[in-house]
Amino acid sequence: MIYDFFYKLFGSDIIAALIQSLLPLFIFILPYALFAVWWERKVSAHMQDRLGPMRVGWHGALQPIADIFKLFQKEDIIASDTDKFFFNIAPVLVFVGSYAAFAAIPFSSVFIGSNLDLGVFFIVAVSGFSVAGILMAGWSSNNKYSLLGAVRSVAQIISYEIPTIIIIITIVMVTGTLNLNTLSEMQSGHFWNWMIFGGPGSGVTKFMLIPFMIIGFGIIYISTLAEVNRTPFDIPEAESELVAGYHTEYSGMKFAMFFLAEYANMFAVSALVAALFFGGYQSPCGYLGNLFGLKWLIPIEQLFWFTAKGLFFVFVQMWLRWTLPRLRVDQLMNTCWKYLIPLAFVNLIIIGLITLI
Amino acid sequence: MIQYFKNIWTAIATILIGMEITFKHLFVPAVTIQYPSVKPKLPDRERNRLYVNFDDCIGCDQCSRACPVECISIETVKALPTEDLGKTSQGKKKALWVTEFTIDFAKCCYCQLCVFPCPTECIYMTDTYEFAEYERSNLIYNFSILTSEESEKKKANFARFEAEKAAEKAAKAAIVPGPVNIPKEQ
Repeated sequence: MIYDFFYKLFGSDIIAALIQSLLPLFIFILPYALFAVWWERKVSAHMQDRLGPMRVGWHGALQPIADIFKLFQKEDIIASDTDKFFFNIAPVLVFVGSYAAFAAIPFSSVFIGSNLDLGVFFIVAVSGFSVAGILMAGWSSNNKYSLLGAVRSVAQIISYEIPTIIIIITIVMVTGTLNLNTLSEMQSGHFWNWMIFGGPGSGVTKFMLIPFMIIGFGIIYISTLAEVNRTPFDIPEAESELVAGYHTEYSGMKFAMFFLAEYANMFAVSALVAALFFGGYQSPCGYLGNLFGLKWLIPIEQLFWFTAKGLFFVFVQMWLRWTLPRLRVDQLMNTCWKYLIPLAFVNLIIIGLITLI
Repeated sequence: MIQYFKNIWTAIATILIGMEITFKHLFVPAVTIQYPSVKPKLPDRERNRLYVNFDDCIGCDQCSRACPVECISIETVKALPTEDLGKTSQGKKKALWVTEFTIDFAKCCYCQLCVFPCPTECIYMTDTYEFAEYERSNLIYNFSILTSEESEKKKANFARFEAEKAAEKAAKAAIVPGPVNIPKEQ
């Protein structure tokens, strides 16, 4: 494990823990956010038969870096009627919420920020942090659009956490663990051991589980999409109605923090879905490291597979964004309370019965 | 209850149809033209910035008179009989010094009406359309090949010539009735 390596290197558990906790931020979240901003713009552009950024670097690859430099230079505007303390702390809180989720995400078998036994529970819990941040941002801005955006966002996130958690409970019922690392290890081998294909078991139960796992995957994907405020569930930051929702009043680096948190969240929920249903960091078709007898290659391959799965689901989020129009508030609540939650409950009961057999 | 499952089915089916369409568009070649580096092909009869081939200009002022917005201003001075201005490429003899020929592109409406009357076809439309300026005065293009000093000199020359001619004429007028009454020397 990485922690042991740093512990041996520095001889201090505080420094080792600090470095280990900072690693995902600097080697993963920041480069990923820059890449995702560029990628989103390219995907959206090509879906609309445009080209997107083309002038900074190869096909505009350095565009997000230029954007970041622009945001650094910008004036940090704090309107006079805002509640300064909460206004300043809100973006940090939102970012902490999305960044803390990365602590329990297993990037590979040797690198997991914190190998918690309550990993999934931890992710669900800390993502509630960003709700507080969003409400703070909206309320302290003293702006009607911000407040409306924040209220909508909170209503939406709290509603959609229910189906997410029910599906997580379903998975926990089948696997018997909340530890994401163990969960990923259980799905090792080939892709037919993934939870979406009925998990590592064999026999009739595995095949009976498949359709319900697919339904479960659909529900958790839709509800996590709503939790990160992406289209078609982007009513908290509906540009055409609310300017920019809860971050209307923010500029410069505080705005960048909201932006970073949004993209970090996108990956966090995609990674959660990948870890729960698609084998986490497990390769779908065996490792090259095993083939050539190179043991050190396996964790790198696992990192590759995990990132690839996460980015694929991020791509699907972008893909949906440019396909679907925004839902109305009542439609949003309908989808959650009338469709997702009952279906998730029925799914939970059926899967419970199947596992009992 | 049937409606409930129908709704779910419609939702999933329509989302998949939409996703299929957007995914196909992901691979459709973009229609974007990368403007400053790739320029779109303009139509054959495009009308852009005017150009005056000043070697051919005879200073006839017809373009200026045709202009509906009066953006062309021309000032000419007759050449002295001793001066040879050369010929245009079509063999017309030039008889005027064009001391001023400016086109104000801030006023120009790109109607091309000035192009047709030109007897020597020296004013015509080019394919240049990127000539924005920060100062409006920079849009006044001067096509005259004479410098302002030269223009002044030509004007002075002509004025002197006129004056000389007038003086000659006056002298002649004074002289013509004269000789009749000149008393012969005794």
